[in-house]
Amino acid sequence: MEKNPLSMQLKLKPEDFLPASNEEKESLVVMRESVSFWKDGLRRLVKNKVAMVSLFIILLVMVFSFIVPSFYPYTYDQQIRGSESLAPMQYSEQEQARIDAGESVFPHFLGTDKLGRDYAIRVMMGSRISLLVGLVASAIVLVIGSIYGSVSAFFGGWVDMVMMRITDIIYTVPDILIIILLAVAFEEPMKQLATLPGFEWIQKLGVNLISIFVVFALLYWVGMARIVRSQVLMLKESEYVTAARALGASNGRIIKKHLLTNCIGTLIVTTTLQIPSAIFTESFLSFLGIGVAVPMPSLGSLASDAINGFRTYPHLLLAPALLISLIILSFNLFGDGLRDAFDPKLKN
Amino acid sequence: MLKYIVKRVAFALLTLFLVATMTFFLMNMVPGGPFSAEKAVSQAAMDALNEKYGLDQPVSVQYKNYMLKAIQGDLGVSLRQRGRTVSSIIATKFPVSARIGGMAIVVALAIGIPLGCLAALNRGKALDNIIIVIATCGIAVPSFVICTILMYIFGYNLGWLPVVGLTSWKHYIMPVVALAFYPTAYIARLMRSSMLDVLGQDYMRTARAKGLSQSKSLFKHALRNAVLPVVTYVGPMVAYTMTGSFVVEKIFTIPGLGGEFVGSILNRDYTIIMGTTIFLAALVIFMNVVVDLVYKLVDPRIQLK
Amino acid sequence: MSEYLVNIQNERLSFFTPAGEVKALNDVSLHLKEGEVLGIVGESGSGKSVTAYSLMGLTAYPGRLIGGTLDFNGHRINDMTEKQMRKIRGNEVSIIFQDPMTSLNPVYTIGNQICEVILLHTNKNRAQAKERAKELLTLVGINEPEKRLKQYPHELSGGMRQRVMIAIALACEPKLLIADEPTTALDVTIQAQILELMMDLKEKLGMAIIMITHDLGVVASMCDRIAVMYAGKVVEYGSTDDIFYNPKHEYTRGLLRSIPKLNEKEHKKLVPIEGTPVDMLNPPKGCPFAPRCGSCMKICLREMPAYTDISDVHYSACWLLQKEEFEKGGNA
Repeated sequence: MEKNPLSMQLKLKPEDFLPASNEEKESLVVMRESVSFWKDGLRRLVKNKVAMVSLFIILLVMVFSFIVPSFYPYTYDQQIRGSESLAPMQYSEQEQARIDAGESVFPHFLGTDKLGRDYAIRVMMGSRISLLVGLVASAIVLVIGSIYGSVSAFFGGWVDMVMMRITDIIYTVPDILIIILLAVAFEEPMKQLATLPGFEWIQKLGVNLISIFVVFALLYWVGMARIVRSQVLMLKESEYVTAARALGASNGRIIKKHLLTNCIGTLIVTTTLQIPSAIFTESFLSFLGIGVAVPMPSLGSLASDAINGFRTYPHLLLAPALLISLIILSFNLFGDGLRDAFDPKLKN
Repeated sequence: MLKYIVKRVAFALLTLFLVATMTFFLMNMVPGGPFSAEKAVSQAAMDALNEKYGLDQPVSVQYKNYMLKAIQGDLGVSLRQRGRTVSSIIATKFPVSARIGGMAIVVALAIGIPLGCLAALNRGKALDNIIIVIATCGIAVPSFVICTILMYIFGYNLGWLPVVGLTSWKHYIMPVVALAFYPTAYIARLMRSSMLDVLGQDYMRTARAKGLSQSKSLFKHALRNAVLPVVTYVGPMVAYTMTGSFVVEKIFTIPGLGGEFVGSILNRDYTIIMGTTIFLAALVIFMNVVVDLVYKLVDPRIQLK
Repeated sequence: MSEYLVNIQNERLSFFTPAGEVKALNDVSLHLKEGEVLGIVGESGSGKSVTAYSLMGLTAYPGRLIGGTLDFNGHRINDMTEKQMRKIRGNEVSIIFQDPMTSLNPVYTIGNQICEVILLHTNKNRAQAKERAKELLTLVGINEPEKRLKQYPHELSGGMRQRVMIAIALACEPKLLIADEPTTALDVTIQAQILELMMDLKEKLGMAIIMITHDLGVVASMCDRIAVMYAGKVVEYGSTDDIFYNPKHEYTRGLLRSIPKLNEKEHKKLVPIEGTPVDMLNPPKGCPFAPRCGSCMKICLREMPAYTDISDVHYSACWLLQKEEFEKGGNA
């Protein structure tokens, strides 16, 4: 047996062998500070560079879509005569003349389209629509899905059976076909509804936009409902809930303290990952010409319009196409980061 | 087993029935009839056409008539393409979509599964990061972006590949690549995470403790367990991809089922809308059954009930 | 060739996690002769399993061996390539894991999984391997081996599966069998059966066993030698008699006080060990057990104690033993 050489060389004094006091002993116990689930998750999220960069991009895109257009010198439907089909940063003859006369003219960063509309503002408005669709649709899916899923799990028995069979059926429905059909079918009733008093806001938001929300609400909650149901079922049968019940905790307390705190991480993650898929579908619908209506742009419809002339004006296609890819990518990466940070199952 | 089949078929028929019903009533909500677009047609002629196809009757009667015929396998005739039955249109368009879709699926599986495995095996290393980045970008880029970029580079700039139609094998390359892009990326991600999951399982440790080489334990013990989530995803995906991507068919002007469907909605060609939806729903349901059977083959724990 | 089948000297092993380096093994030394049974006892996280796994080259990512030497059956494990290690694993040394429910691959039959290891390490053909598999199943007390070979793991009970795991481990008649808490996941009645089976097989086949457990009852009945581990260190090593009747380390004493004894005349109260195990991310500077030790001294908090030999085969790392020597030295 090799001796530990270090301690053999130690000069030991008799007082070293006096008993240590309790204080001395306690001072040595380095208790790692106990961190709450949220703090711990947040710390991990902040450490995740990819997720933070994605979050920054998302916020940046939001600023450009919701704030910048309100003080931008051009509007999305303003047609500037003589400035049709300009290349990025190019000025029309009139504008050049004004510049020469000493006036300042705001540049067209992305040029203009063939109707003389500033393309930069159109792309910003397009991403506003895309983000709106993503956020609102996911919120709707979250609400419907969690209510449906928890009701199903909570009541169990035949209620659960019937409700789950219904989701099974919706799951088998070819969703893209139904979405296209729904989007077309809802257009007219929505238009009529918009003329009724009290529903003018529909007109303001755009009929197609509303029908897209409805379509998402009707179809995409199924996945969410299944996730919520399985979470609630798992928790309902877990031992600590039984323990809490045995200790006399009320139903309300169990739901608040145990079910919600344990579900919420999964819900946030699923919702965040729902956003890009909603944006994806909206752009796809707009591309096929069934999305939002003219002159309102969405990134999909901008890209779709640009396809025919894209050999001559590739930037008209590339700008919205790249932006939508960037938005979806950022949401996906941020969602992945959230999942890594808040899903306790993946915690290492 | 027999009980399982009976249950499964009954559920499939119920789903199909509900899908058909839903589609039928949704379709009738769509404003305008199939003949209103043709301005040249006089009111009298339009009435005659409506009467001929039974569109003058109440919706409930139309519904009953359609369903009774559909049960006998008769999906009716196209309202806009004179003299063609819906079945014959599906029969000519579906093989085109199916061929491109089938190739895309083969490509997606052949690339996605190895990529996912490679990433999982090199967890945390450079190769893993590269694959994750590519795959994450892959699911973030909409297909119309891929299509147009491909078209721009290989069709116009380099002039290597034809951009329209489907007459030679060269025509297939771009649509297949565009169609395979998303599933490839998705499968790679799915495969990576399920592979990581499997690699952490106790039986993988047992395999190593037995003295198996890494490749042997990977191919024999890990792959079969890890591929299960991919099977679940690929089933319905096969159905969707084979019936054609609307976007890819639109951009490359391919005469497939997807383009037919979008066209029929814009034209209010009711019978085609119904026929295509029912056909696709049936295909999805069929693929789900196939998935269950494949599952049973791969995983002996699954009991069909 | 040394006199020992297994000889681990000053092994150091760390896990390099994102949160920092976790020193899982800190200067671990152990040895074991052929045919002997060594028990490694300690609480969870004390490094029992890590020690055993490292002997098979099975250290899990992100763990790395950073010091010491490991010798087994004439092989220097440190210097062996993965390819050479593979020839030993399942052949000269095999392992039984804690949870038989998850240690067998769910998608292959029992027969397939037993034959696999036979085909890998011997020259037997498929038919011979199958014969051998049947033999093994009979050996581990499973009846109707022909039928069992065709079954899948989920069709067997936990105890059955652990027997299958033992059959796999014994397939190539290893020199050393590592049993990592082989009975923890099983019912008490099954536990006894499995332990009995293992001792029986040891008699028949003459292999050495390393039994990893936190159950002192198991080691008392089975083991020739015992190593008590705490926070990545072997705090005391000795024969079973040494450990049970002449424990030298305060932790060992604490462990013994915390188990009930049936044969004692007066009913003594059980004494639990106060406090919680150390945080391996920030281990204390001195003796890791010091904060929980009833006889803790000032030096214990500052410095790690060295090993003191009590006899040829009994040693322990505790300042109390050093104190005795120091006082003797001081008197002389």
